[in-house]
Amino acid sequence: MRAGWSYVGRRALFALITVFIAISLNFVLFRLAPGDRTSALRCQGCTQEFKQQLRADFGLDKSKPEQYVIYLNQTLHGDFGRSFVTEQPVTSELWQPIKNTLPMILLGTIISIMLGVTTGVIAAWRRNTLADKGTVWGGILFYSLPTQWLALMLILYLAGPLNLPTSDIADPYLAYNNAGAWAEFVDRLKHMILPAATIGLVLFGEYTLIVRSSMLEALGEDYILTARAKGLSDWEIITKHALRNSMLPIVTLVFLSLGFIFGGTILIESVFNYPGIGLQIYESVGNRDYPMLQGAFLLLTVVIILMNFLADLLYFKLDPRVTE
Amino acid sequence: MSVVDAPMTPLDEVRKSPSRLRSLLSFLRKHPQAAIGFVILMLFVFVAIFGPYFAPYGEREQVGPIFGTPSSAHPLGLDDGGIDILSLLIYGARVTLIVGFAGAVVAMLVGGSIGIISGYFGGKIDNALMRTTDYFLVLPDLVLMIVVASIWGRSLRNIIIIIGLIYWTYMARLIRAQVKVVRERAYVKRAQALGATHTRIIFRHVIPQIAPLLLAQTVLMVALAIFLETAISFLGLGDPSVASWGKMIETAFSRSAISYGAWWAIAPPGIAVALVIMAFNMVGTAAEDSLNPRLRVSHLARRHFRLRPLPDKEPPK
Repeated sequence: MRAGWSYVGRRALFALITVFIAISLNFVLFRLAPGDRTSALRCQGCTQEFKQQLRADFGLDKSKPEQYVIYLNQTLHGDFGRSFVTEQPVTSELWQPIKNTLPMILLGTIISIMLGVTTGVIAAWRRNTLADKGTVWGGILFYSLPTQWLALMLILYLAGPLNLPTSDIADPYLAYNNAGAWAEFVDRLKHMILPAATIGLVLFGEYTLIVRSSMLEALGEDYILTARAKGLSDWEIITKHALRNSMLPIVTLVFLSLGFIFGGTILIESVFNYPGIGLQIYESVGNRDYPMLQGAFLLLTVVIILMNFLADLLYFKLDPRVTE
Repeated sequence: MSVVDAPMTPLDEVRKSPSRLRSLLSFLRKHPQAAIGFVILMLFVFVAIFGPYFAPYGEREQVGPIFGTPSSAHPLGLDDGGIDILSLLIYGARVTLIVGFAGAVVAMLVGGSIGIISGYFGGKIDNALMRTTDYFLVLPDLVLMIVVASIWGRSLRNIIIIIGLIYWTYMARLIRAQVKVVRERAYVKRAQALGATHTRIIFRHVIPQIAPLLLAQTVLMVALAIFLETAISFLGLGDPSVASWGKMIETAFSRSAISYGAWWAIAPPGIAVALVIMAFNMVGTAAEDSLNPRLRVSHLARRHFRLRPLPDKEPPK
């Protein structure tokens, strides 16, 4: 067990160092770029004195190392500055979008896992049949589709027939008319279903191919032959033996892509105008709202590092041999 | 007369290696999937090179009403400015493919050299370089790209550099693993014993050995780069002065083609992107498969978290 704990410790240390590097990179990207926030300012009342005053206000007149120390100190205290647009602290401005994005990502991930595992298992079990070929080609196809384009296609061809909303997160009139909690919940779900379906389909292609090959590998093992010889049913062989053993790569894969899909939501949320973290980033780019952009970038990096760390831990739990 | 002095040439004469073209043909015959992909690619490359000569209309020429429906004169209809979409598609092929190829080549050059140095020299250099790639691997690619693009400004050159800078890590890891294997081979040891310099060994013995893998990876990388180009353009950070497929999707979306019901303004560029990405993936995967069957699965995982060898293949450190 001691080797195990040192493994966990090493992974945790790695995660911490990575967070520190991400914080520093954030500084480099935003502050060491030529010109500062005030030099791009074009306005009639902007005299040199006014710009100088602004620089002093932002702390930009100090030397870069000094600025770095101040920045580090602020970041470690959870202070990311204020949004240029709303003038509210970045942390509180990012909180609501995150809360909006999370359920959507979870729903999308569940859709993709269900689709991917089912089709992947069927394809591996019925190898070289039409079902297998269809799954592989379908997987490659969905893997190749541009995310934002898939989202637009869903709006064009699914939103109409299924009568689903294509923009925003909730119908404001429901709250105004006191329609009740259940109606509001259903309304939220309706707004969520198309973005989540986009995530689901984008990830599906990747998942199904990986489930298939991981299942194929497991099905070739001796213990499957033993299970067959014991007279177990197909269902039992798949669920109790093959799938259990091929879950390892799948579980870690899900965790890792969960981290990255946060970034992917930029494309999806800007299509559906869904007020989550992705749309926030998209709008911050348009508004040149650097503090928000900086906060969001750091936040997403930390989420990914966290997911990586969780995947490592989970992997260790599922297969303690990794420490060797 | 020692063993090392024995002439090396006869081997070549005994088993004459097939010509490049012939080996390409036999590869395509063995992998029908790659053959289909290759044909599609050649078609698109042809369009990208000669497109402007046979495009029916100009890329800025208004030839009809806004969002005009597809007709015999305009098989794919017109966009929000009354521009023929088929012509736009043909002009856009060039930019999209250039960004794809150039981005992949930048990634190959940066990642390839770091991978070779790291794998060949090993030791402290290897450790330091691989740690660095570890950290780069966890950065959220799309967000990093947006941040850098919005700071550096919108131009094709910036997009290419950004794509290269984001995907070099993947290349570096793979190449390093392969170089480590090649380094231990007898002929490298022989060259070392004969006193060949590092540069000579790397260029004469290591690179020729890993070149096919490098090429296969670059092909796969082009697909990714094109994917990223459409994403950057869609977010309004693409080069404003040129037509690309990503930008076509973006303008169709932002000029509300959806409310017009103008599917013809959205569908064609997306299908073109999907076809090209699929073709590159089919060729690249087949090449990778035939070169290194152990990697069969791991490349798929790259889009979302780039290379992280699937656990059952190679346990993480």
